[in-house]
Amino acid sequence: MSRPNDLILRSTTSLIAFILFGFSIYLYFAGHNAPGGGFIAGLMVSSAIVLMYMAYGFEAVNKILPINYRYCTAIGLMIAVLTGVGSFFFGEPFLSHTFGYLYIPFFGNKELATAMLFDLGVYITVLGITMTIILSIADDR
Amino acid sequence: MSNLAALPIIIPLISGILLIFLHNRMTVVRILAKVLTLGNLAVVAYIAYYIYQNGTITLEAGGWQAPYGIVLVADMLSIILVLTTNLVAVAAVFYAPSSLSNKQEHFYFYTFYFLLITGVSGAFLTGDIFNLFVFYEVMLMASYALIVLGGGRIQLRESIKYVLINLFSSVLFVTTVAFLYSVVGTVNMAQLAERVGEVEQKGILTTIAILFFFVFAIKAALFPLYYWLPNSYVAPNPVVSALFGALLTKVGIYSILRVFTLIFIYDPNLQQFFIWIAGLTMLFGVIGALSTNNIKLVIAYNIIPAVGFMILGIGLFNQTAISGTVYYLVHDMIIKAALFLLVGAVAYLAGTTDLRKIKGFMHHYPVLGWLFLLATFVLAGIPPFSGFIGKLLLLQAGLASDRVIIVIIGLITSFLILLSLMRIFIQCFWGEKDNDAYTVDKQAARKFTLPVILLLFFSVVLGIGAEFFYPIAESIGKYLMNPEIYIDSVLKE
Repeated sequence: MSRPNDLILRSTTSLIAFILFGFSIYLYFAGHNAPGGGFIAGLMVSSAIVLMYMAYGFEAVNKILPINYRYCTAIGLMIAVLTGVGSFFFGEPFLSHTFGYLYIPFFGNKELATAMLFDLGVYITVLGITMTIILSIADDR
Repeated sequence: MSNLAALPIIIPLISGILLIFLHNRMTVVRILAKVLTLGNLAVVAYIAYYIYQNGTITLEAGGWQAPYGIVLVADMLSIILVLTTNLVAVAAVFYAPSSLSNKQEHFYFYTFYFLLITGVSGAFLTGDIFNLFVFYEVMLMASYALIVLGGGRIQLRESIKYVLINLFSSVLFVTTVAFLYSVVGTVNMAQLAERVGEVEQKGILTTIAILFFFVFAIKAALFPLYYWLPNSYVAPNPVVSALFGALLTKVGIYSILRVFTLIFIYDPNLQQFFIWIAGLTMLFGVIGALSTNNIKLVIAYNIIPAVGFMILGIGLFNQTAISGTVYYLVHDMIIKAALFLLVGAVAYLAGTTDLRKIKGFMHHYPVLGWLFLLATFVLAGIPPFSGFIGKLLLLQAGLASDRVIIVIIGLITSFLILLSLMRIFIQCFWGEKDNDAYTVDKQAARKFTLPVILLLFFSVVLGIGAEFFYPIAESIGKYLMNPEIYIDSVLKE
């Protein structure tokens, strides 16, 4: 997979991948009220990782990101389900949602919602599923 | 307490996810899967008891009010079907380790098994027609994974057909929901019932009803849309076949039962149409069962006439008939699972599925033989077993509304069902001892029989305890014939 002569791809990847990572986090926080959200953010981060795999090859990326994406999927699903179940403990119906405001230094007064936790689950699930699919197909010789 | 309605969906979902983490420790997974399934059964049994005492539970997910948000409605019909589903699930999970190869278990069998239960329970519990589509998809996704599990050559061939036909019906389903939404402006079943009632199901609404029927008929394997079913249900492992045969087609039947006793109830022509479809489904299904020498295929074909009986009840559309359908539905879920598991055991022990090559099984495995005979009697509807009571109610209702032809077809079908299963019994279990054909493995046979005994026990209880179960079925029939009760319990007017 890794070719020695793709200098342009490698140097642009190191730049673009970071932009994609940053943008995916921005999209994740923008989500649930504005365009964005966990699904699209998850796709974006997995596209960044796929780009890295294409530029640097299996061994190198497996070394810097030693993640088992199958567990990633499971963790994401678990977070999403448990967010819904959390409402049980407050006597509210399943999947109830609440929000509050929190002052964070530098960013100012931000709205934080429990929907974001659910979205985090979606984020990680999408990342896990996309990477599992792409890597299994790429691995198949 | 409204959260109770979501538990039968959440528990298997969490269990399935949990088992992904443990997938390298197979012994732990096996034990945990059994414990979680039993726990889920206990919870569902409690919920059923609660509903029996206190009436329907409605859960408005996320606190969004009924016609706007998504509701889960756990009424008597839903919860009884969920309970039966979990009973089948318990038998399957105890049967699975002896029937699946290590490799198959390793490919997340238990995760997909739990996701299948999630989807089926969700489809039974939802009160929103779009949500029904979503749970269909959950169930189908899991079933796609289960049908290719192990990746045998026949499995891959059959799963292509299975995936394509289901994909097609899913596309049609969601299109139909879109049509319906554009006409009536809601997807909440209770409000749909109200609004369709206001215009008395005129014009395009009947077309939409037929489209829904078509979608559910593909899933439920009605004539002439059953052609994909028998082969694709015998291709996977017996446990998977049992789950498919017991649960998936029944979800289709449940959907028809719900939609055509709640929403589209204003067109008598449609009901007439159901009765003819029922007759044809019974006849062609049972002819299929007689046409083959593959023992698994005989059982798979036997799904189809049973589905015909249930549609007959919906077509006759009176209280006795609907009660009969409900009774038959529960009976058939249990007995189909038991039969698939039994035949799977026979095929495993004999090493072949061709009934001409198996002989004298009774000498080696007497328990298996008697269980099979019992299952045959239950399925064919010999009194006092549960098949008899369901059929009795249906045929009574048929006679009461002067539909003699369909009653005769029903009786002939019952007889032929008995014949098709007796063929297996006579060929495989009777006859001379045949010591060379297979090696006798009593240890394995014992493992196979236990889950089957569990299922047959409940099946027999359902028949002999009809005195206790019939009033429940009757009250469900009464409840389904009066859709206002459902509408009121959801919309709370």
